[in-house]
Amino acid sequence: MPLPPGVSRRDFEAALREFEQVVGEDWVFSSAEDVALYRDAYSPFWDEDEERLASAAVAPDGVEQVQAVVNIAGRYRIPLYAISTGRNLAYGGAAPALSGSVVLDLKRMNRVLEVSEKNAYALVEPGVSYFDLYRYIQDRGLKVWIDVPLPGWGSLIGNALDHGAGVTPMRDHFSAQCGMEVVLANGDVLRTGMGALPGAATWQQFKYGIGPLIDGLFSQSNFGIVTKMGIWLLPEPEVVRSLRVIAPRHDDVIAMLEILSNLFYSGVIDSHVQLTSPVLNGARDAERAALLARTATAEDWDGAAERRNVPFWNLRLTFYGARKIVDARWEYARERYAAIRGVRYEDGPTYGFPMSADERSRVAEKNIVGIPSLSNFAGRTPANPEVADGHMDFSVIVPMDGRAVLEALKTLGHAFAEAGAGNLGTIQSFHTRALLLINSFPTMRGDRDANRRVRAAYERAVKVAAEHGWGQYRVHAGFMDLALATYSFNDNALTRFHHALKDGLDPNGILSPGRYGIWPKHLRELKGSSA
Amino acid sequence: MNRTNRMGLAAAAALVALHVGAPLASAQETLKQRGLEVFGYWCAPCHGAGPGNPGTVALSVRYQGVKPAALEERTDLAPEVTKVFVRSGISIMAPFRKTEITDADLEALAAYLAPDE
Repeated sequence: MPLPPGVSRRDFEAALREFEQVVGEDWVFSSAEDVALYRDAYSPFWDEDEERLASAAVAPDGVEQVQAVVNIAGRYRIPLYAISTGRNLAYGGAAPALSGSVVLDLKRMNRVLEVSEKNAYALVEPGVSYFDLYRYIQDRGLKVWIDVPLPGWGSLIGNALDHGAGVTPMRDHFSAQCGMEVVLANGDVLRTGMGALPGAATWQQFKYGIGPLIDGLFSQSNFGIVTKMGIWLLPEPEVVRSLRVIAPRHDDVIAMLEILSNLFYSGVIDSHVQLTSPVLNGARDAERAALLARTATAEDWDGAAERRNVPFWNLRLTFYGARKIVDARWEYARERYAAIRGVRYEDGPTYGFPMSADERSRVAEKNIVGIPSLSNFAGRTPANPEVADGHMDFSVIVPMDGRAVLEALKTLGHAFAEAGAGNLGTIQSFHTRALLLINSFPTMRGDRDANRRVRAAYERAVKVAAEHGWGQYRVHAGFMDLALATYSFNDNALTRFHHALKDGLDPNGILSPGRYGIWPKHLRELKGSSA
Repeated sequence: MNRTNRMGLAAAAALVALHVGAPLASAQETLKQRGLEVFGYWCAPCHGAGPGNPGTVALSVRYQGVKPAALEERTDLAPEVTKVFVRSGISIMAPFRKTEITDADLEALAAYLAPDE
């Protein structure tokens, strides 16, 4: 196991003993066997020199313990890498951004501190998973929903801080956060928004407080350790109803997304939308690769759809709320899409609430109705009997515009086909004004050559995307420097700003060095970078 | 009989035993009861019986009917086997840390999934 950079074995051991005095011997992990549990099981660097490995882990059980651990780490200059539930698989898992960091494992801080049914919010600690908060709400029969990402074992706080998302009107999880408690590198504790007002009556209801809105500084960063967060919930709707819009031709996406953007911007749609192309998505095949490799015309592509006997596009909208309003919005959206020649629709699924436990157990897509699950965490299946050991995601933001979506799908589809690695994803709307294309790359624990090919393909894809103006919304911990390097306007002014903040807030560089490309001064100098 | 029903019967038997003055449920039964809770919390979302559980689907493809796909229906899971899979992971299942499943909870889980002696 690596030691923290620049820290002697003696100081490291002394710090571990001091951590034990704070959290108890059982909650400091330093044996090889225990520390191995913090490896990224999906690492594309598995068993190679570049794999990021922890030196130890420490698991506090309260904000005072977090403060004490931070103060000890500060004295010994030991980097701490904070994780919530450590299940950010595909983006780096529980492994640190810098080898030798001590993982600050917040999983034991798993208290649901408050749920307000009346004002639809929760206040939670970082170790609270979607499963935990869902059970808390169900046990009490509260008429509020959480919004869940696909695997339900993640942390509400960790997911929001990494800009994760789900499907309901509360799907943009960082946007749904309201009020944080944060431990800073000097051991101080601050509360954001109205939480700065002692005895605040609206900490979870009014984000702005007074002065600069600083909550964003603690997302995708390393400026503090978030120990509490308010999350807005959704009042249980009367009904959830989906509409599928199926359009036959390649160029139909232009009208489809023009209508979609208008529906979003007018507030007719406020939830997740998924756009799939049965022609562009799916298992790799020679015809698609050949079409992607040349400048195929719309007619060429339409020919491919006809030969496959599939429509070109499938757009799914979902509506939440009172039945009368949902039905009106559903009808209105359908009317708007009637402008596309040859369009077809599918109605549903539709779910009414409240639901019995038996009805909930029978819902196929549980995340649509706010139920956390692992049902989409698909491994080996009858259709896919040979699977990779893991994957990493490559997720880029693209404009809500049909021509741009076509360009993104074709450009990245071609890049993946050329590289022989990368699975082209579908278009999602986790946000109201832009779309997201989530692609994935398989990783293998037993095949370094395959991982090297995947890394090369991934790095190439990052560059190709950036050349087209498409940036990532969230990044695997092994590639954060690469991603931030693409956000380089004006000689990396953004990264220089991050580093000025880092040097002021964490001069010893003990909080999660390297997370989202933010490095403390002494490590920047080691890396030979002035930014 | 699935294991959940077995546990239900064990609890009923313990209650009957209580009424006739027999000792309370043994330490092993208490351990298995805790194991059932650990399974329900950590394992069932993937390895529960029935459709929609990806771990169960994956094992059905792997074993092709030679062994039951649902872990609670297995009768060959020695405690050490369960411990190795939980702490090492396999395929897309990442290992579970000790802040998630403690050593004590892993003992209970392994006892719950182990064949009856």
